[in-house]
Amino acid sequence: MSGISARFTLALGEFRLDAAFDAPARGVTALFGHSGSGKTTLLRCLAGLERAPDGRLSVNGEIWQDENTFLPIHRRRLGYVFQEASLFPHLDVRRNLEYGWKRIPPGERRVGFDRAVELLGIDHLLGRNPARLSGGERQRVAIARALLVSPDLLLMDEPLAALDLASKADILPYLERLHDDLSIPVLYVSHSPDEVARLADFMVLMEKGKSVASGPLKEMLARLDLPLAHGDEAGVVIDTVAAGHDGTYHLTRLDFAGGSISVAQTPHPLGARVRLRIHARDVSLALAPHGDTSILNVVPATVSEIADESPAQVMVRLDAAGAPLLARITRKSCALLGLSPGMAVFAQVKSVALLA
Amino acid sequence: MEPTTFDFAPIWLTLRLATAATLLLLLVGTPLAWWLSRTRSWLKGPVGAAVALPLVLPPTVLGFYLLVLLGPQGPGGQLTQALGLGLLPFTFAGLVLGSTLYSLPFVVQPIQNAFEALGERPLEAAATLRAGPWDRFFSVAVPLARPGFLTAIVLGFAHTVGEFGMVLMIGGNIPGATRVLSVAIYDHVEAMEYAQAHWLAGGMLAFSFLVLLALYGPGKRILGNRP
Repeated sequence: MSGISARFTLALGEFRLDAAFDAPARGVTALFGHSGSGKTTLLRCLAGLERAPDGRLSVNGEIWQDENTFLPIHRRRLGYVFQEASLFPHLDVRRNLEYGWKRIPPGERRVGFDRAVELLGIDHLLGRNPARLSGGERQRVAIARALLVSPDLLLMDEPLAALDLASKADILPYLERLHDDLSIPVLYVSHSPDEVARLADFMVLMEKGKSVASGPLKEMLARLDLPLAHGDEAGVVIDTVAAGHDGTYHLTRLDFAGGSISVAQTPHPLGARVRLRIHARDVSLALAPHGDTSILNVVPATVSEIADESPAQVMVRLDAAGAPLLARITRKSCALLGLSPGMAVFAQVKSVALLA
Repeated sequence: MEPTTFDFAPIWLTLRLATAATLLLLLVGTPLAWWLSRTRSWLKGPVGAAVALPLVLPPTVLGFYLLVLLGPQGPGGQLTQALGLGLLPFTFAGLVLGSTLYSLPFVVQPIQNAFEALGERPLEAAATLRAGPWDRFFSVAVPLARPGFLTAIVLGFAHTVGEFGMVLMIGGNIPGATRVLSVAIYDHVEAMEYAQAHWLAGGMLAFSFLVLLALYGPGKRILGNRP
């Protein structure tokens, strides 16, 4: 059986963890929730750093933990990136990287030393002492160090949380490269909707120690029964492909199953994967495809669900040929248009955010 | 007193004793310090207090109990005799044992503090990098606790060199076997041989000062993590 299957309960003083989820064996799974929701505790249980006596965990069919088994941390084929880089201060960067690499049999080294160094862009840091690195550099070394044990599962505990904005922006592209270039499944703890929208494919939503829901990211973001799909930041993520550049108007056309979206020209080569975030507040609805509007991006869709947002507003979930969209409109507009599930509408997208 | 009759034996004996005791102290003190730094057992308090006892007890008290314990009637003495080791009091081995007990807190405490200052994180990181418990200890804990070990070695050695009451009780005053520096000085003074006493006492003073200078000197904060 491939994939990650986990179930953990643990009482730590007042706090009680009660989490269970199944996640795919590929891509990035976000453990998402507010601070104190138990994300880090759950991740530590997965690693064996926290001992949850009645926990169960299997990774690609291999039992790491159940009633009879508790694989000690150093026998679990995982990589772990802590919130603070936690490099060994008595070793230089190269020897930090080699620490785990040397401890696995050569036959199991699927990630080469040079490859990890290149992937994280740390070639020029190899001879340095960890104390002389910037926060962002340190975290990149920590990520490379974790990759070099060729893990079956990479656990990342808010690797960007301790960094300033500039260092964050510095690291995100490297994380995206990991996502695109390596086939190692990643569990990524985060409380930042932006990071999750950029990096994740799958999401486990945590609240007060409980895993309340899990599923593919695009599906989760549009589930009206979850808090994610409400509020100002509610919005969906769409993976598109760069399909054409318009030299006259300096636009790039991005195609997805439900249609296409034009954005200000981007440097992406044709065929490149581009992820978009579309906020519910930036989508309005029309019954006919107006030609007399400044809004360029109009996507045909079907209303699938309507939920209350506030006394004045409703949240409408749409289906654009399989891709979920959200639109936040006034209750009055909803009544005037007579919206109901099953209706065909045109979603007018006022603005989109390019994530990658 | 003519310098040609100067007796070097107590100096060599003292250095041999301090070296042997320091090695034994590291061997015993390191696991003890590790346990004290990690355990959540209720025994931590009593064991920690017992280790610290030589800091406050007069050395003669410790020496007295050790003498009784290791004497022909004591359980320790009966054990060593049963093992064919004979009796330890008034032997070099007895001195090493006594010195080890006497200097234990000076070795355990700096190492324990250094281990505690590590925190869990470096060891957790090592565990996620496939290092087993022993591997983590030797590749991460010990190198990171190096300043604590250096302090422990210097203090353990120097403190053993400087002991008097304990060695007199357990070792007596046998030239070449148990007559260490501090005892030799005492003898010289009793015999009114002030010149000899001056040489030895002055040497001890210089030695002690240099050791402390190495610990407290500019740029060195080895003692910074002692309580």
